[in-house]
Amino acid sequence: MSNIDKSKAAQAGQAEAVPILEVKDLCTSFFTPSGEVKAVNKASFNLNAGTVLGIVGESGSGKSVTAYSIMQILTPPGKIVSGSIKFKGQELVGISDEKMRLIRGNKISMIFQDPMTSLNPTFTIGNQLMEAILLHTDRNKEEAFKHAVEMLRLVGINDPEKRMKQYTFELSGGMRQRIMIAMALACEPDILIADEPTTALDVTIQAQILELMTSLQKKMGMAIIMITHDLGVIASLCDEVIVMYAGRIAERGTADEIFYRPRHEYTKGLLKSIPSIDDDEKEPLSPIGGTPVDMLNLPKGCPFSPRCDNAMKICLTELAEEVQINDDPHLAACWMNVKNGKPEISEDGSVKRIWINEESGL
Amino acid sequence: MTSVNKETPLVEVRNLKQYFPVRTGFIKTVPLKAVDDVSFSIMEGETLGLVGESGCGKTTVGRTLLQLYKPTGGQVLYRGEEITPGDSLNRFRKKAQIVFQDPYSSLNPRMTVGDIIAEPLDVHKLYKTKKEREERIQSLMELVGLSSEQSTRYAHEFSGGQRQRIGIARALASKPEFIVCDEPVSALDVSIQAQVINMLEDLQKRLGLTYLFIAHDLSVVKHISNRIAVMYLGHLIELASSVELHRDPLHPYTQSLLSAVPIPDPEKARKANRIVLGGEVPSPLNVPSGCPFRTRCKLAQDICKNQRPELKEWKPGHFVACHLA
Repeated sequence: MSNIDKSKAAQAGQAEAVPILEVKDLCTSFFTPSGEVKAVNKASFNLNAGTVLGIVGESGSGKSVTAYSIMQILTPPGKIVSGSIKFKGQELVGISDEKMRLIRGNKISMIFQDPMTSLNPTFTIGNQLMEAILLHTDRNKEEAFKHAVEMLRLVGINDPEKRMKQYTFELSGGMRQRIMIAMALACEPDILIADEPTTALDVTIQAQILELMTSLQKKMGMAIIMITHDLGVIASLCDEVIVMYAGRIAERGTADEIFYRPRHEYTKGLLKSIPSIDDDEKEPLSPIGGTPVDMLNLPKGCPFSPRCDNAMKICLTELAEEVQINDDPHLAACWMNVKNGKPEISEDGSVKRIWINEESGL
Repeated sequence: MTSVNKETPLVEVRNLKQYFPVRTGFIKTVPLKAVDDVSFSIMEGETLGLVGESGCGKTTVGRTLLQLYKPTGGQVLYRGEEITPGDSLNRFRKKAQIVFQDPYSSLNPRMTVGDIIAEPLDVHKLYKTKKEREERIQSLMELVGLSSEQSTRYAHEFSGGQRQRIGIARALASKPEFIVCDEPVSALDVSIQAQVINMLEDLQKRLGLTYLFIAHDLSVVKHISNRIAVMYLGHLIELASSVELHRDPLHPYTQSLLSAVPIPDPEKARKANRIVLGGEVPSPLNVPSGCPFRTRCKLAQDICKNQRPELKEWKPGHFVACHLA
């Protein structure tokens, strides 16, 4: 755990490095008529209390499905095939609907990408906000109304009493996303999952929402899982980052490690391919070649190998295990590390950790 | 970068206005001023970036410029000649093309890719024999990096990036000189965006194209453009070379727009001093008096309320519409 995480966790009044959510070997598949799509394939990660975890990846990389699996809101043909999701030690995979209902919206809540389609157009804002409060707390209607107004004020909505009576179509996109955030935070959750919360918004409104989320996180101390494809959003918000590709976790580590010392060829390519706003030189971009993988026909070996410039023989036939790069902890599933580093073999013969020679300038 | 001919503007827009009638009552309509008095010119071989938030009128500028909408007022000049319905419009349509934002809805799902690409050829009757048509399709597909064997397939068989390539091939079919790129990469994945941007730049070099590049992603616009125009609520508020605009933005809106872009670098993001704009874009049906930005501007004064700022040249080549620049 990095120093930043520690200070954040300390700020939030939490003990050091408490994993509030432990995901282990999660496999979620969609059983479509044309075959099984392994949307999430053996994903493991921990979320510590009071930290912000970013999940970045292209469309179809499994980042949203990971969130849906945690929330237990997958609909058929989607299904968790195996693995475990533990929230404060309680197993969520296979939990009964009644028990999950006590957690969902209360302890773990979620905001969605499109605030227009995820709010109900036939109910007032107040109605929708109070629903969660009435369901999960002992407040009566009057108290719930007061709390809802307070939440609206917290997310920076002016004239909240009036807004309570309005419908979603009367509000702008930025306002709707604020309502979604107010709704998600109404029961003071331990974890907030934000699935592309700013993708549908303009840059200046995006800046407002991101600032709001940062300040609320400091105030309320919840952990956030931030799902996005925008590396800029990740860099400005997250303590730790997971990079997903084709349903697998390609790399994970602290934001600084991922951005400054990427160890997976996909992460490296991704960082290189985005134009920088600070760069005055007009050099051509270095794109990642090829097209995104077909999830029904995953290549044998590393899923990124057909697009990877440095693909080796082994990449085409065998999947790289996730190995530890340093104690931060930084993990990557890329054969390049094995080639360029010194593996430390554990007793059972598997690779325990890769020591990278920093001078080799990899 | 291609050489930019600084002498003659290829496309010139003078006081362009586009109002859409919006019904507010049973019979009553009010004009929605999507584009209000916008003037700019694009030099031959240049890429002019057009940025702004959704609803600011940037797409409408592109479409009105191409006469896809009939302008409410103002002129569009192509090589110094005014475009009017009739012959000059037909000639202009051959020379000016558009690439649309959404590669999913802008390709007809019932047509083969070859027919989609050849449609401009069919419309303008640009071939004599069937064989010539086939050859054109093949060379166009190869030009945008698609295999020519795929010409009998349908659009749904292609990925988003490949579909955008098809859209670009169609735009290139009539051998245009000028292309309006309306958010050509915003529907694509990050790793594919760079491929398409590089291809657009490469095509510009090889074919000597001129672009109007409309986008909301400032880092992409900065990368591809020579000059950038910023729009707000139907008005052009700043126009400068892309380096100049980023180094020294003069309009308070441009300043906040630039600082709102999330930087993909944790160290810089921590240090970044963001100007977060309060409020939201007012409704284009009800544009504030005077400066359209004054309701969100921290520096707004009385003059901003009473008088609409004109676009003035503050530095050589750097135009701003602000009383306080």
